[in-house]
Amino acid sequence: MSVTVRIPTQLRELTGGEGEVVVEAGTVREAIGGLEAAHPGIGERLLDESGQLRRFVNLFLQDEDVRFLEGLDTTVQSGQTLSVVPAVAGG
Amino acid sequence: MAFVDCLRCRECGRTYPAEARHVCEFCFGPLEVTYDYDAIRLTTTRESIAAGPPSIWRYADLLPVSGNAPVDLFAGYTPLVRADRLAQELGLGELWLKDDTRNPTGSFKDRVVSVAITKARELGFKVAACASTGNLANSVAAHAARAGMTSYVFIPSDLERSKIAMTAVFGGKLIAVDGTYDDVNRLCAELASERVDWAFVNVNVRPYYAEGSRTLAFEVAEQLGWQAPDHVVVPIASGSQLTKVHKGFHELTLLGLIDNGDSVRVSGAQAAGCSPVADAFASGADQIRPVHPDTIAKSLAIGNPADGWYALNVVRETGGAIEAVSDEEIVAGIRLLARTEGIFAETAGGVTIATLARLAAKGIVRRDEVVVAYVTGTGLKTIEALGDTVGPFATIPPSLDAFLAIEEETTR
Repeated sequence: MSVTVRIPTQLRELTGGEGEVVVEAGTVREAIGGLEAAHPGIGERLLDESGQLRRFVNLFLQDEDVRFLEGLDTTVQSGQTLSVVPAVAGG
Repeated sequence: MAFVDCLRCRECGRTYPAEARHVCEFCFGPLEVTYDYDAIRLTTTRESIAAGPPSIWRYADLLPVSGNAPVDLFAGYTPLVRADRLAQELGLGELWLKDDTRNPTGSFKDRVVSVAITKARELGFKVAACASTGNLANSVAAHAARAGMTSYVFIPSDLERSKIAMTAVFGGKLIAVDGTYDDVNRLCAELASERVDWAFVNVNVRPYYAEGSRTLAFEVAEQLGWQAPDHVVVPIASGSQLTKVHKGFHELTLLGLIDNGDSVRVSGAQAAGCSPVADAFASGADQIRPVHPDTIAKSLAIGNPADGWYALNVVRETGGAIEAVSDEEIVAGIRLLARTEGIFAETAGGVTIATLARLAAKGIVRRDEVVVAYVTGTGLKTIEALGDTVGPFATIPPSLDAFLAIEEETTR
């Protein structure tokens, strides 16, 4: 499955400035694996030492936070977009 | 600026220069402004503060900007009102209300926005932007107008009419988004990567913006005669305000301006229709599970609170509590506050008062404590929330006989 991953400014240093990266993946976890393979170093920015999503990293598959889905085990479909978004404050 | 040290990641401790950035490049943790407290201690006294203007800028030494040319609509220095009638209803002793309905655009957001827009201008930005549940929108549009900056304000399209009008009137670009606040927030977080020359007050300028909420603690301490209260009740949306109120009391203690700021108990207030932090407190969880909000308290309807984790820790560490109150309790809270103290609060104020009532009933907020409840926005913005619970007692023709006919009912 080809999935487009949208990269925030903070990580573009690792993607050669690219704001979007296309990876092959069946799940969100595999998409992060694909991202790490293509751009080494990006994985540890998103996942902590135990392999869980870092507390302040949000991943949205299409428009839904993956924590409302199956988390890292969420299945991804070809053509979908996975957005990496830092948490922001509100009001 | 003279007193700002750097930006520091709250998670991993990495430091960055004080520029427009908000998350740690390594772990995405939020960045927080740090100060040179030794230098502040040498210049800032109770007297120097008292000689300052009647606004948040009396605490300019403690704000993360140069402060020479603040974008100022006179936010802050709002009344601290002794609330004996409300206290009596709730069985409390010394109760005070921080009446932040009386800010330039009617909410505490003027504090944070005055700081954020001032900082944005210092950093050379020409455009101010934000994602908002309404109060922030009003304030950003107003302060941008005052500063002569262009504004782009993004809101959920189902906001209260008055909040939409109170933003649009200032002439910026108001964009209504079909989605929840969390959707709008995500849009803006992504947009911030594409429009790096915009100052998103709650994204890339957030570390400075958030610091403005500390003035809620500074003022209360000054107004109580340079003393911290025993217990404060603060609403939780993103959780930022609560953590900054706690930080403010701590800093005053650090600076020797008060001596009891580290013993303040901090309790939080949420609506049951959006209670991720209250849920984590109740269950003892060590993480915040995001929710899809469904509450009349739209200004608190943040399902994925960025500072929820820190707010939870502050409440736990200080011996406070968090309650989640129903929409009915919120409306009852608004009416109770209005009826007993003559202050008309928006839904967030209803959440705070309803939470205070619950905590008082449970004995968590105690009669022997000096208590401050933060009433953070005016009721004129959320008239819809009252529905038909208030209205004329009677509608009569303009004749004496007509009034006499119903007068007896008014005395029942």
